[in-house]
Parts: sequence; C-alpha cells; structure tokens
Amino acid sequence: MNLTLRIWRQPGPGAKGRMVPYRVTGVSPDMSFLEVLDMLNERLTLEGADPVAFDHDCREGICGACGVVIDGVAHGPQKATTTCQLHMRHFRDGDTVDVEPWRSRAFPVVKDLVVDRGALDRVIQAGGYVSAPTGSAPDAHALPVPKADADAAFEAATCIGCGACVAACPNGSAMLFTAAKVTHLGRLPQGQPERPSRVLDMVAAHDEAGFGGCTNTGECATVCPKGIPLETIGQLNHDYLRASRRPAGSRP
Amino acid sequence: MAVSGVLLVLFLVAHMVGNLKVFVGAASFDHYAHWLRTLGAPLLPGSGYLWIQRTVLTAALVAHVWAATSLALRARAARPVRYAHRRPVRGGYAARTMRWGGVIILLFAVYHVLDLTTGHLNPVGDRAHPYGNVVADFAPQRWYVTLFYTLAVLAVGLHVRHGVFSAVRTLGQRTAAGERRARVAALAVSVGLCAGYLSVPFAVTVGLVG
Repeated sequence: MNLTLRIWRQPGPGAKGRMVPYRVTGVSPDMSFLEVLDMLNERLTLEGADPVAFDHDCREGICGACGVVIDGVAHGPQKATTTCQLHMRHFRDGDTVDVEPWRSRAFPVVKDLVVDRGALDRVIQAGGYVSAPTGSAPDAHALPVPKADADAAFEAATCIGCGACVAACPNGSAMLFTAAKVTHLGRLPQGQPERPSRVLDMVAAHDEAGFGGCTNTGECATVCPKGIPLETIGQLNHDYLRASRRPAGSRP
Repeated sequence: MAVSGVLLVLFLVAHMVGNLKVFVGAASFDHYAHWLRTLGAPLLPGSGYLWIQRTVLTAALVAHVWAATSLALRARAARPVRYAHRRPVRGGYAARTMRWGGVIILLFAVYHVLDLTTGHLNPVGDRAHPYGNVVADFAPQRWYVTLFYTLAVLAVGLHVRHGVFSAVRTLGQRTAAGERRARVAALAVSVGLCAGYLSVPFAVTVGLVG
C-alpha cells in the first residue's frame, strides 16, 4: 500500500505549526498505524530530517499514551480501538490521511503530535482516589459489592485516560473522563465517604483546567477506545446535584 | 440550561394545547384568549396571570440564553487551534444545530410576538379577536408566512429533540435503559409539538379553518 500522510508538524510549544504531506510507500495492511509512523521516521532519520514526534508506550491498547486524530476522528475510524491497535487494512491504497494532535487549550502541543495531558492528572489529583487505608488486597467477597455496581464500576475503570473524549468533543470537554472516574469510585463501597466532595472537586478542577462544558452530544463515547458509556456523565450529574444540595459544612 | 429549558418546553406544550382550540371554533378560541386575561380574577388584576407567566418565561429565556452563551464561549476558548480535518462521528443534526438553531428560534419568537400578540406585523391586528388574526395570517396568498412558520416550528422541533434528552441527562438520568427512554420521549415531545403547531397554519391555508 502507498499512502500520503498529512501530518501536523510543530517544532515546539507555542511555535507555529502546519500540515506537511509525506508519501509513504510499501505499507503492509498488517502494520499498525504507529508502525507506519515508525517507518516514516526511520526514513526521515536516514535523510537527516527531524522525525515526527508522537506519544506511544504499550502498543497493546491499554496504556492510553498513544492517540492522534486521524482523518478528523480521535484514534481513527475503527470503533473501540486505540491508534496503536488500528491496522492499515482499514485504509485503502492511495488514501490521503490527515494526522493531527488532540486539540484542546488544556492539552498544549509539546511537539508535532505530542500533547501535554497533565490537565487530566490535575483532575484526578482533585479527587480521583480513595484516602481510606485499604491495606493489602482484601479476601475475595470480604466486602460484598452488588453485581450491577461491580460491573458499572469496572466498565468505568477501564478508562485509560488517553484524552480522546476531549479531542472529539465539539465543546472540548473532558466530562466523559471525569465521569468515568466519578462512576468508578462512586459505585464501590470504598468510594462512598468522599463521594460528594470528589465530584464537586473534580468538576471544579476540570473547569479550571480550561476544558469546555458538556452538552451531551455523545461524540466522546463514540470515539472512546474503551467504550466508556455516555450514561456515566448522567451518573456524574446525579452525584453533582446531590452533593450540591448538601450543606457545605457536611463535606468531609 | 436544563431547568430553564424544561420551563420553556412546558410553556410550548400549554401554548400548543391553546392553539388547538382553533379547531373548536372562533368563539371558543377567542374566549380562551380572554380567559387567559381574566385568569385568577379577582385575586389578580386584569391580565395579572399573563404578566406573571410572561415574567417567568422571560426570566427562563434570559437564563437559557445566558447559559448557552457561556457554554459556547467556553467551547470556543477550550479549542483555540481548530482541526484541519474534523468529522462529527455522532451527535445528530439536532445536537449540532442547538446554538444557531436557538438564535433562529429567538428571532422567530420576536417576530411571532409582534405578529400574533401585539398585532403590529399582522394584516388584521385586532387584539380583541385573535381568531381573525390567525386566519388572516395564514391565508393562502400569504404562503410565505406559512412557510416561515413551518421552518421555525421544525427548528423548534429539532431544538427540543436534543434539548429534552440533554435536560434529562443533566438532571441526573444515568442508566442505559433510561437513556433509550429519554431519547424516545424527546422524539415524541418533538414530533408532538411539531404536529400540533403545524396543524393550525396548514388548516388555515387549506381552508379547514376560516
């Protein structure tokens, strides 16, 4: 397969960037999208040019490091798939493919396709944890959790924090990410003591980071490589309304 | 956004039910209009209830527009560099046209009040006999007015379709089954409102009401 990649090149933070076309030949349909970028970078390095900077780590779809907008869709056209797991058989020979970084004020571009997703860490630091000492792993079933709650918590816990929800949201909101963390901890017994303060603090940190507001368009859940459902945002709204109604003094 | 939107939708439903009185007859329709003015008497002064409703609706509208504007400004600020290539993957036409659709509906509402409330833009403009105003407004030779109303009502329908679902979600609906129910309910409210509102001008245009 031969492809033309139009890639966002930006030498550094705050620098002016532009889309640069690259012709890539000899692409195997079995390659992942990142391997095509690797192949391009090998050639650029041999030519003495600056290779394309992009984030990647596990390359098995579980770390959340990779992630670029491919032809206008976060992580590319394949549903529930990270960029590293996106294979070239989903493209056609001769395609022109646009590759851009996540676009968000809260995610400043570091270089080319690499963005700083520290804003998501700040949202987690505001409340995405339980501070009760839990000791070593408890015995199975020592703490009963209803099956429905366990399933919902686990589904939300599969969020890998890649930021695709932000990249896809027409409002640049990170509400699906925040909602996944709120749902994950809020549906488990260990998360109950801090449940009201968690949702208030995390939403405050979310807004402070410069993310936009949610208008329930659902694009986030469609691009999410882990399939976090849109109703987690309903869970966040539910918890937020309940927490807001409590008197301020009763917060832990 | 959600609470003010719910108030506005409740008004739309009440307004639509009132409109349908046009099918009962001129006397019934005009009597309904007068009844709105005397509602609450003698506890309230003349048109007292109407002014309470207008005040609440205006407050809801201002809150709605304020919330929408701040959301739009935040969205703009949240993505200073646009995508060169952007493809919406979901979020139907209704969700994507909430903002400009809302502006169009607001402009229509201004025209509508000047037309059928104050009568300034109505060919008859007799405030004592609203039935005559409606009949004159949608006469066949004024097809462009009917067309404009039709487009505006469809815009309201689209707005309500995403709006009702979004409001329910904002107010804490949080299950997958509930989401399906909310989407069906939003579609039902939207189609119901469109049908109810469009029936009046079309009935006048084709001569069922005259």
